[in-house]
Amino acid sequence: MKNMKYLLLRRVTQITLLVLYFGANAYGWHMLEGTFGSSLLFGIIPLADPYTTLQVLATGFVLGADVLLGALIITLFYMLVGGRAFCSWVCPINMVTDLANWLRRKLNLDKEEVNYRFIKRKARYWIMVLGLIVSAVVGVAAFEVLSPITIMQRGIIFGFGAGISVIIAIFLFDLFGVKNGWCGHLCPLGASYSLIGKASIIRVKHDHEACTACMKCKVVCPENQVLHMINKESISVTDGECTNCGRCIDVCDDNALGFGIRSFTNKSKD
Amino acid sequence: MANSDNNRRKFMATTLQSVGLTALGGLLWSGYSDEVKASPLVLRPPGALPEEDFLKACIKCGLCAEACVNRESNIDRETGKQRPGTLQMAKGGDHRMIGTPFFTPLDVPCYMCDDIPCVPVCPSGALDQLSVSNEKGELDIDKSRMGLAVVHKESCIAFWGIQCDACYRACPLLDEAISLQYQKNERTGKHAFLLPVVHSDVCTGCGLCEKACVTEEPAIFILPIEQSTGKAGSHYVKGWDIKDQERVREAKEIKTKTERSEKEAADYLNVEVEY
Repeated sequence: MKNMKYLLLRRVTQITLLVLYFGANAYGWHMLEGTFGSSLLFGIIPLADPYTTLQVLATGFVLGADVLLGALIITLFYMLVGGRAFCSWVCPINMVTDLANWLRRKLNLDKEEVNYRFIKRKARYWIMVLGLIVSAVVGVAAFEVLSPITIMQRGIIFGFGAGISVIIAIFLFDLFGVKNGWCGHLCPLGASYSLIGKASIIRVKHDHEACTACMKCKVVCPENQVLHMINKESISVTDGECTNCGRCIDVCDDNALGFGIRSFTNKSKD
Repeated sequence: MANSDNNRRKFMATTLQSVGLTALGGLLWSGYSDEVKASPLVLRPPGALPEEDFLKACIKCGLCAEACVNRESNIDRETGKQRPGTLQMAKGGDHRMIGTPFFTPLDVPCYMCDDIPCVPVCPSGALDQLSVSNEKGELDIDKSRMGLAVVHKESCIAFWGIQCDACYRACPLLDEAISLQYQKNERTGKHAFLLPVVHSDVCTGCGLCEKACVTEEPAIFILPIEQSTGKAGSHYVKGWDIKDQERVREAKEIKTKTERSEKEAADYLNVEVEY
């Protein structure tokens, strides 16, 4: 079980959050109410998604203070502490795309000849900006119209309806289309958390001395461009696109990877 | 030199491609979003902003729907179990803006709770607490305008002469939002029609009348305010209303000149319409 530690921890976190959200509607619990767009923690602390908040502001609507404060709290948390951890520790779509990614490897779909790469990883940043423009033009939070994240979350809380097809579409896209296609290329919410979490203190650290260059980490990493230092130098993964999922740490047999606190003293070796 | 030229050309080409694809995406995305928000026949929770603003403001968190279903009063008196809530969150296939709250009176109408649990929990301001508060700042559900009841008199059996006052009695604002108008039934010569008449200055659009209606398809039903009301226009002034007269106290004579007014009224009004 050693190589499942963070995977299991993430699943427990994701499912616990969903159970709390589900219970808020089904049983009237006051632990965590609402959805990721805007929530209420313990019945008082507002939480709100920063990108969703920006979309609503882009429509020209002056939002209530609860949402603005909630977005500030979430932004500060991921900015200072979590990095892009929302994507791998909270987001329910992560479970869908992880499954697709795992199946890809099992079904040998990862070989270059069957891996379509017609989308660049930078596309998500374009989509993120585009989402704000479309919100302003159409007068509705544009990503929220089709976001599989909240469609899945609301599906679990209130029932899916035909919304399940969006989840299946993402699964098929990641499985048969582009590897890590949704989370790693298209999702504007992930893009926003990449930017927010760029400077967070929790980071994966690489120990070049212990590394045997087996490259298991690069195989399993959903954003493996962030692992450019593997077998090269002993530094932290500082790229904001790292989701702090910890899969690389799980699969490393050499203890060459581990979570750590970003060091601010030595710039070149942070 | 040739290399840097190549690089520059490649950079130009990929930038152009990114911009172009973004424009393509923007057009598709805008078109799709604009289409899906066009579902005018949707009933919103109490205090909801006008639809256009509501769609901007709603952050789709579901707190209103959760407050609705989990309110203490939502217990079936016979079974002691919780009933389904009035407010539903639109799912894919509901053909309403996904993730926004709405209700269907025929399934579950709004019971007009005094404490309006769905409104104060709204974090974004899409449900405006002020619009459902009285002058003292207390919540007042009677001020809500979720829709307006409309009677289809051809299918309403009261208009046939059958005595039915189901909607009248179901109305939480009894004898205010719906009154019964007595009229002689000339067909029988000795009976009265008891005709339901909706008063739009009082009706909240809760939908209890629609739920109570006894006909196969309800003969009284709730439509959103925008679809169920007309507008006379400000140039109609009620000559018998002193307050309305005030509006034109300072008015000066305006002579409107259009293509039609070149002719005498008697002439242009008698011109046949060409089909």
